[in-house]
Amino acid sequence: MIRLENLTKVFDTPKGAVVAADHINMEVPSGEICILLGPSGCGKTTTLKMINRIIRPTSGKVFIDNQDTTSLDTQTLRRNIGYVIQQIGLFPNMTIEENITIVPRLLGWNAKKYKERARELMHMIALEPDAFLKRYPSELSGGQQQRIGVARALAADPPVMLMDEPFGAIDPINRAVIQDEFIKMQKELKKTIMFVSHDIDEAIKMGDRIAIFRDGHLVQYATPDELLAAPQDNFVESFLGEDRALKRLNLIKVQDVINSEVETVTQQDSMETALSRIDRSGYQHAIIMVNEQRQPTGIIPRSVAQVSKGRCHDHAQQVPAIVNINDDLRKAVSLMLANDITWLPCVDDNNQLCGHITQRAMTHHLGARFRAQSGNTAPTAPLTEE
Amino acid sequence: MPIQSMNGMLRVLLLIAAFSLGVWGHASGVIDEFLFYLPDVQFLAVEHLWLTAISGALAIIVAIPLGIVLSRPSMARWAESAMQVLNIGTTIPTLAVLALSMSLLGIGIVPAVFGLFVATLLPITRNTYTGLKGVSPALKEAAAGIGMSPAQRLMRVELPNALYVIFAGIRTALAINIGTVPLAFLIGAGGLGELIFTGIDLYDPVMMLAGAIPTAILAILVDALIALIAFVIVPRGVNPARKARA
Repeated sequence: MIRLENLTKVFDTPKGAVVAADHINMEVPSGEICILLGPSGCGKTTTLKMINRIIRPTSGKVFIDNQDTTSLDTQTLRRNIGYVIQQIGLFPNMTIEENITIVPRLLGWNAKKYKERARELMHMIALEPDAFLKRYPSELSGGQQQRIGVARALAADPPVMLMDEPFGAIDPINRAVIQDEFIKMQKELKKTIMFVSHDIDEAIKMGDRIAIFRDGHLVQYATPDELLAAPQDNFVESFLGEDRALKRLNLIKVQDVINSEVETVTQQDSMETALSRIDRSGYQHAIIMVNEQRQPTGIIPRSVAQVSKGRCHDHAQQVPAIVNINDDLRKAVSLMLANDITWLPCVDDNNQLCGHITQRAMTHHLGARFRAQSGNTAPTAPLTEE
Repeated sequence: MPIQSMNGMLRVLLLIAAFSLGVWGHASGVIDEFLFYLPDVQFLAVEHLWLTAISGALAIIVAIPLGIVLSRPSMARWAESAMQVLNIGTTIPTLAVLALSMSLLGIGIVPAVFGLFVATLLPITRNTYTGLKGVSPALKEAAAGIGMSPAQRLMRVELPNALYVIFAGIRTALAINIGTVPLAFLIGAGGLGELIFTGIDLYDPVMMLAGAIPTAILAILVDALIALIAFVIVPRGVNPARKARA
């Protein structure tokens, strides 16, 4: 857990005092990633660097796991905080192994223990230990270097990590890969992480919470979903972008919106059965056909059922698209747009049908949140049909 | 191919030139005259090297810590002015430095070593200072953020990354030093300058060359030696001479 209490930094510049961070109060619960987000010069980096005293706070306190860090000496404090910077900062004079094990060595681990730890970390970041440990940073690509940078910060297993735009200097494709790897790692490691970013998409993807900064003030501190649904003011709203509702699609899983009551036919059913079930359930377009394992194998369009006779098996058409219940809505919407359809069958990891998802259900789910928020201030009736 | 054959041609020409030089040297008796000075050259070369070794070692011992101290952030206010003073120090010709040192310390080895020390000091200090200042701020921040003490930062990160530049300074300084030692003869310190200046005075070119050529060879050898030491000591990751694997 990281807690900041009235953390303030005033820089003395030739033009006078500049308040870089003004009474910042916030708390990051254990095991969560908190993204500090804002335009440049907003105080997010200053706030981050005050935690490990790269920048000395003018006033205020930093608590880590309820311990006031003011009482700790700077070296001890820093050795217990993993630190990753945008420029990576691997030591070019040291091999990868020496770089990774620097903190354990500073802490006085014995050689056997830290060498073992180095191999363990290399496996964690998916780089082959034998191929890389004896090489030098200049021999690695940018993406590999930043993975090593993360491994170095994790070496002594600190409970808390500070990351200053760690993936900012990596090309977009590699960045996405490293972000995914990092999220996967974090699920096991459960570190408490403060993470500076200026990229709203990265923040939504990585953050359990997002803190928006402006001119040295903490403007809003909320979960990504809350933030996108209810930005506090015009600044936050404009910073999130006009497509903020679309960004929420990333955060909602198909299973949150799924309608599990879904009518089906089997391959042996007749077309009359299919038509009657379509009419009974009020489906506009088609009904899903499943096999014995309840896996979707085709669809019977309403128009075909109306004019054909015989078994469903002979008239079924290919399922245009299927979405997994663990996918996010962004993928579901993308599949709908790509196939010109308004609903999708949803399956679990065994490819068994679990339900279906419709455009209407999605807009309703997203809109409900916005309505609830705006309902507090303006009690106008929401615009719903039905 | 044409370039290669050019190289081949050049090599053959060089061989022929060296051979003719040998023939001429033998025919005119220069080589015999040269050999006449061999015992002198041996004795004076050792003296020469001692002067370089003592003054060079003193300069390294003083200059590197001085460069380190000047590069510390707390010294930032004075560092530039101190470097300016040292810069002015180098513009004084070494002969003048030797003359000044003689007027202070008299004749002999001590003023010579002092004069050489002063002439050697600056390049090493300057390169140590620039080398340390040139270490990327990101590295220093990473080192600090990891929890290294200032001394650990210096020893494990800053110095190793500045070492190549520091060694370049030592190479320059010692080359200057060896080239300046002959002047030390003028204030009574010995060295190969004895043959050079006596040769000039007696209008004896062979004697002069018997001093000059070994001086040049010593300079090249010492330079190569320092380069070798740098090659071994500077870590592979920051050593341009040891190319990193791609």
